[in-house]
Amino acid sequence: MNRHLLSAGDLDRATAVDILDTAERLDHALAGREVKKLPPLRGRTVVNLFYEDSTRTRTSFELAAKRLSADVVNFSAKGSSVSKGESLKDTALTLEAMGSDAVVVRHSYSGAAHRLAEWVHGSVINAGDGTHEHPTQALLDAFTMRRRLRGGEGDLAGLRVVIVGDVLHSRVARSNVLLLATLGASVTLVAPPTLLPVGVDAWPAATGFDLDAVLPASDVVMMLRVQRERMTESYFPSAREYARRYGLDARRMAMLHDDAIVMHPGPMNRGMEIAAEVADDPKRSTIVEQVTNGVSVRMAVLYLLLGGADE
Amino acid sequence: MNLLLRNVRPYGEEPVDVLVDDGVIAEIGSGLAGDEVVDGEGAVLLPGLVDLHTHLREPGREDAETVESGSAAAALGGYTAVFAMPNTEPAADTAGVVEQVWRLGRETGLVDVAPIGAVTVGRAGTQLAELGAMADSAAGVRVFSDDGSCVADPALMRRALEYVRAFDGVIAQHAEEPRLTAGAQLNEGVVSARLGLTGWPAAAEEAIIARDALLAGHVGSRLHVCHVSTAGSVEIIRWAKSKGWQVTAEVTPHHLVLTDELAESYDPVFKVNPPLRTQVDVDALREGLADGTIDCVATDHAPHAAEDKESEWGAARPGMLGLQTALSVVIETMVLPGRLSWRDVASRMSEVPARIGRLAGHGRPLEVGEPANLVLVDPQARWTVDPAALVSKSRNTPFAGRTLPGRVRATVLRGRLTSRDGAVLPGFGRQVSYNRPGDQNRVGARA
Amino acid sequence: MPNAALVPDDGTSSVLDAQDVGRVVDRMAHQIIERTAKVGPDVAGIALLGIPTRGVPLARRLAARVAAFDGPTLPVGELDTTLYRDDLRLRGVRPLGQTVEPLGGVTDRLVILVDDVLFSGRTIRAALDAIRDLGRPRAVQLAVLVDRGHRQLPIRADYVGKNLPTAIEQTVRVLLAETDGADAVLIADKAGSR
Repeated sequence: MNRHLLSAGDLDRATAVDILDTAERLDHALAGREVKKLPPLRGRTVVNLFYEDSTRTRTSFELAAKRLSADVVNFSAKGSSVSKGESLKDTALTLEAMGSDAVVVRHSYSGAAHRLAEWVHGSVINAGDGTHEHPTQALLDAFTMRRRLRGGEGDLAGLRVVIVGDVLHSRVARSNVLLLATLGASVTLVAPPTLLPVGVDAWPAATGFDLDAVLPASDVVMMLRVQRERMTESYFPSAREYARRYGLDARRMAMLHDDAIVMHPGPMNRGMEIAAEVADDPKRSTIVEQVTNGVSVRMAVLYLLLGGADE
Repeated sequence: MNLLLRNVRPYGEEPVDVLVDDGVIAEIGSGLAGDEVVDGEGAVLLPGLVDLHTHLREPGREDAETVESGSAAAALGGYTAVFAMPNTEPAADTAGVVEQVWRLGRETGLVDVAPIGAVTVGRAGTQLAELGAMADSAAGVRVFSDDGSCVADPALMRRALEYVRAFDGVIAQHAEEPRLTAGAQLNEGVVSARLGLTGWPAAAEEAIIARDALLAGHVGSRLHVCHVSTAGSVEIIRWAKSKGWQVTAEVTPHHLVLTDELAESYDPVFKVNPPLRTQVDVDALREGLADGTIDCVATDHAPHAAEDKESEWGAARPGMLGLQTALSVVIETMVLPGRLSWRDVASRMSEVPARIGRLAGHGRPLEVGEPANLVLVDPQARWTVDPAALVSKSRNTPFAGRTLPGRVRATVLRGRLTSRDGAVLPGFGRQVSYNRPGDQNRVGARA
Repeated sequence: MPNAALVPDDGTSSVLDAQDVGRVVDRMAHQIIERTAKVGPDVAGIALLGIPTRGVPLARRLAARVAAFDGPTLPVGELDTTLYRDDLRLRGVRPLGQTVEPLGGVTDRLVILVDDVLFSGRTIRAALDAIRDLGRPRAVQLAVLVDRGHRQLPIRADYVGKNLPTAIEQTVRVLLAETDGADAVLIADKAGSR
């Protein structure tokens, strides 16, 4: 994985499977224990640099780091020197001076993690940069699919995944398309044409506008969050029309085969892209376990980046 | 004291000696003698370059560039005249501001600075600025532009095109339909989709060019298109010219060679407006420049302070330096591969821009009696671009680390050396002199 | 005689052949039965924990031989010590092995760690730390097939298959049928690959 995890596209098949296997090992190592702590990152400092509010992802990384005995420092944009206009570069230099071994960064500008990597010596983990990528999300999604549908081993060869929603603005979609292709899954993107980027033809995924047509043959349905604000920019005429054409409701869920699963990176717009009864379906919905798996996968990433000698 | 340029090749042709005296080319022959001698060693002699599109940032952003530092960069790049864009702070939308810029140029005395006036008040796109006053001012403005912004309102653009005919002016349009480029960061295409950067579709440029060409044809006005960047734009301009409409166009050196793939590093030194596009567009621009569809090369020299470029892509300002690298890039992409001859370079980088901008004294033939605004370039020599070594106050060149052909040996402004072998010569002309009737060499004199 | 293919032609010699290994393991099994009988008839109170890689098949074999000699049926687990090593920062990041708790866990039990070679003692130190995070055993003992000396920590084995004095530059390799195709204990003069 070299020094950083900036893009899911940087992972080849062997590395990706290694991360998933390591996550399984770490998960088993901690399961059922009294003391949920492992020592390999003792003395390492992991900084959470979150320019965007995200309790879920930040605490997931924080838990992951602490379970490996690392020290965690939280830099959130609000109320810090960052919100007072300190540049990303100056913040990076401050972190360097503090001696951070890894920086987990979430930022509203695409490419922010890449820039940060130019200015720090430690490892940079991209926790979401603008509309570009969110690699650990894709990893935890793949981990979830593998556990549910491949017995927790190997890759995802032959798995049929459909990703539905605002692909244009989704870093989760980009990372997932790249990683799923690397792991051998076949991906179909379904969205209104306005929410598919120009240039999507070059992606390792098929595209379609008809959700009903693809559901019966899908093993995994991943729903992306669609913001209501996109309506005012005329990406679609109304929430009602969007939900009717692209929402996963009970009728559509019934079209899935018995073992198919429904995923969502969260947070959800219940009633918009996903109906409440689908989100809460105990058998199909993986939404809750995605969160748990997120900690294991992030532990694996931190261990593989920081668990050995400094390069 | 006269100046002898010994053993030089005008337009890359036969070597001669050129004697410059009293501001003009006095004699062309062989075995000439002179007081001050520059040994050309067979270097190519061209009319001094004229840049139709430069940002000197003064007044307002003197931290990024000043008229003086920009003039120095121009002189080192082989330019004897630059047209300064009006997106300063305050904008150059009145006679007062354009005269200030013009005067700063005269005081520095390294290049002739021809201010461009804004089309609309504050470049806000709603109300015409006092174009006539700017034309009548000491700066003698003939080129008007809201560059940085598009004159988007079609009715207003039509009025502007019509109005400037009264003084043989030209509107230079920054072609970008703003409603199609809201939040845009990079050319819309495969690369922007992959990098998660909001796309800037080619259609946003092409639609405006088509519209404005139709308007210019309809009202019989001149139109100049700034920084053409797409293959479709070249086709539309070719079509407009075939109709006999007075449409001219410029292309930047960076659009002749760089593509959007460079954005993969997210280094904002590659962020520019209009954005870098694809190889297909680069190839069409080269062809258009070669066949004359694109009339000239203009640098769009856009200095930015470090904090505006050392940041996240989305937070950075768009723009690249260009004055010191322009000729070298043109040599590498157009001359060495045989797409342009030296005569063509003289045309594209000096004669035509001077004519479009109605700038007297520049872009003249290399003949006895003509004003001595000259550049001497050694096309064989190569140099490596080091941002810290550039004379601009800013460092944002996309060619950092690249080795380019062509070193400017000397630049001559009205008979006096302004640069020699990579060094700017101390400025002159500090005394401000206003135009007097009959002063043929003043900036703004009608050609 | 050991399978000739197992013994590389670089100065390696065989210390124990397959038959020897079998005898040694049986002896260890008897020792375990003997000593743990003193613990009492509390069969549920003992578990074996094999340290990967070869400690695991070794632990299973010991459990099988103990049962074969009418000893108790001992639950077997696996204990990966990678995360507890004291030398993690000296090399690139290491892949993780599996940890499988023996049926019934480790708390309040006598846990017998099983490994193939005891050398510096650092692996066992790491294993002790690892066990600590699994629970609180009543006691911990150590069974090794080969003790080659050169301890760097105050650690000793309770059950030793073979005491093998070595020079520190020498390498000792244990081969087991489950992992390597046949049983043998080899010693080489140069640092071999392992």
